[in-house]
Amino acid sequence: MKTRITRAFQCSAVLAAAGLLLSACGSSGDDGSGQTGATSFEGRGPITFVAGKDTTGTLQPLLDRWNKLHPKEKVTFIQLPTDADAQRQQMIQNAETKSDAYTVLYLDVVWTSEFAAHRWIDQLPEKQFPLDKMLKPVVETAKYRDGLYAAPSTSDGGMLYYRTDLLKKAGITQPPATWAEMKSACAKVKKLPEAKDMSCYAGQFQKYEGLTVNFSEAVNSAGGTVTDANGKPDVDTAEAKKGLDFLVDSVKDGTIPKEGITYQEEDSRQAFQSGKLVFLRNWPYVYSLAGKSEIAGKYAVAPLPGLNGPGSSSLGGHNLALSSFAKNKATAVDFMKFYTSEESANYFLKEAALAPPYTALYDDQALVKQYPYLPVLKESILRAVPRPRVVQYGDVTAAIQQEAYAALNGSKSSAQALKNLQKDLQQKYAAQ
Amino acid sequence: MADTKTPAGRAVHPAVGSSSGPLNRRRTRKQVRATAGSGRMAALLVSPTLLVLTIVVLYPTLMALNESLYGAKGLDPKTGFISDTEPFVGLRNYADILGQAGERFWNAFWNTTFFTVVTVALETLIGVAMALIMHKAFRGRGLVRAGILVPWAVPTAISGLLWRWIFNSDGIANALIGHQVLWTTEGFHAKVAVIVAEVWKTAPFIGLLVLAGLQVIPKEVYEAARIDGASAPRQFWHITLPLVKPALLVAMLFRCMDALRMFDLPYILIGAQKHSVETLSMLAQHEASNVRFGPASAYSVLLFLYVFLIALTFVRLLGADLIGDVGADTRKRKGRRLRIPAPRRKEVTA
Repeated sequence: MKTRITRAFQCSAVLAAAGLLLSACGSSGDDGSGQTGATSFEGRGPITFVAGKDTTGTLQPLLDRWNKLHPKEKVTFIQLPTDADAQRQQMIQNAETKSDAYTVLYLDVVWTSEFAAHRWIDQLPEKQFPLDKMLKPVVETAKYRDGLYAAPSTSDGGMLYYRTDLLKKAGITQPPATWAEMKSACAKVKKLPEAKDMSCYAGQFQKYEGLTVNFSEAVNSAGGTVTDANGKPDVDTAEAKKGLDFLVDSVKDGTIPKEGITYQEEDSRQAFQSGKLVFLRNWPYVYSLAGKSEIAGKYAVAPLPGLNGPGSSSLGGHNLALSSFAKNKATAVDFMKFYTSEESANYFLKEAALAPPYTALYDDQALVKQYPYLPVLKESILRAVPRPRVVQYGDVTAAIQQEAYAALNGSKSSAQALKNLQKDLQQKYAAQ
Repeated sequence: MADTKTPAGRAVHPAVGSSSGPLNRRRTRKQVRATAGSGRMAALLVSPTLLVLTIVVLYPTLMALNESLYGAKGLDPKTGFISDTEPFVGLRNYADILGQAGERFWNAFWNTTFFTVVTVALETLIGVAMALIMHKAFRGRGLVRAGILVPWAVPTAISGLLWRWIFNSDGIANALIGHQVLWTTEGFHAKVAVIVAEVWKTAPFIGLLVLAGLQVIPKEVYEAARIDGASAPRQFWHITLPLVKPALLVAMLFRCMDALRMFDLPYILIGAQKHSVETLSMLAQHEASNVRFGPASAYSVLLFLYVFLIALTFVRLLGADLIGDVGADTRKRKGRRLRIPAPRRKEVTA
């Protein structure tokens, strides 16, 4: 009997142990190789550039150009997965092991604070980057506690796509600037026979990062805030409630279709392209894709609407950061300057439609001809409010998604959701 | 048979060997010494395996246990930087999980349990049915077998994406039932979606193992039963099921282990942080991805203990025989020796 128990024990031990491998890669007890803010950037030689999969095919030609000019300081592209979370995880793993394999990191704008606070990336010399030529909100995304930790490379802002053909037929000449105007425009459009079964508006309301973007936009567009510049939450306010109420009421009264709470970017784009929506909040990438769909030539873009006037977008985009544990930092800084130069930004805009940080490019007539949405996008980015810039962004976005989703699917009132959210965020802010 | 087995038992478990001593009093000293010698040899031979297991299983387990006693790194409000060291917090991670985050933990715990019980039960039923079909000789059997096994060959992440399309708001699932259900939103329907996708994917696994079990049942047993006029259900109940039980139990045990660690399917199909489908692995992943390795390890350790307990219960209660003939005690060995002839004798005398 004893052996039997032992055997049973052994059997189960082996099996169960396999389950634990899951999280065995944590690290503890750093020795504190004190990296401080102002680092001297020394060393020249080969470096690496670390980014997600390049789907546009424009990256390698640019790197080739650099490599031709700097044969002794070649840049190698390290390709990470397409999924943003997977990219972040690999970059963190590299930093936690203090590996010098990664030199220049292509950081999502919302990761800046986290990477800077952990000292995974170096503070950069502000004067060496032409920040004054860039749109201010874009530069803000690269800062942590007033220090520049990344060089703005690309940006992104939300825009309101609308059906020009339907609006025209319904006798509306101007795209709506406020939510109320949008709803009344919808009411008129829906009287048209061909728009009878259409829904009015959609964004991205599935429980994921897109919901954080849309919720923040709604709150900011109503004059509220989620967190201030230092990450202090202030979301339990009347303004924020008006913002959230717009979304909640829209779901309730059918302005937003009820499947809207399952939409991610692509779902909402499909719905707009197949003629289910009159208005859509989405990123600039939709513009060229919709041109190839059945609504080609029947849509245009406008700045996002708000409560009492134009609304504010959240910001997307990527910045370049320098890994603290890298070698050849002098080369790295030079490369970052090259990569984020106006010339490169122009190239990326032309070839890959990536929104540039430089103000001047938005007014370039040749570019505007190629991308008619540029003036609208510029306005959107200028009025944009970055998503909460906090160290524990993962927790904050999780809390926002939690409460906003509960309000949207009706399991909580918007007042209660905001109250809980404020409490959650406050707790996280205090724990920092 | 008994004599040839004992050394093998000793070889793998040298520590257990002494307890089987009294069983064979007839054995001479010489034999014992020879056995001891070959035991040492065997220990030497398995030592590389043990070493590898120590490195890939024992070491990470102990590291995770250790890590679970440390908290998250704190932020220095003056400099704005995260400190370099993780504070030692003892058992506070566990206390937090069961106290402060208790609601989320128990929700995930019940989700995990619910998924395991329901999916393994359904998979067993469907898997056995699949195995019976695959086992029958008929034209196009190869095609049917291949068809049944395809879902098992699809990576879970891919099948998650696949089913997300099916369960889309205007996907096939809604078209079929003629009623719009928003499967990927919170609610019981999300659980149903996960269960359907999970069963679709893993029932073939049970089918495969049971098929292997079916193929070793001698034909004569069925012939004898037919001569005695046993009906098909009776044959299934009294011959097939008892004979296939060892294989089936191993398959079910593997599925239980897998289901308890379920992560990718709900994560991809329904999404992160959906309470209706959140499992314990997802909680651990959430903590780890937010650079809190201490709490993440604590979740993993709790999951480990849970899986361990279930495995233990399974092996003890149902007698799932995982390591085959190794170190079996007398009673069990006797049972096994009789197992194959037993049904035949029963049917013949009936």
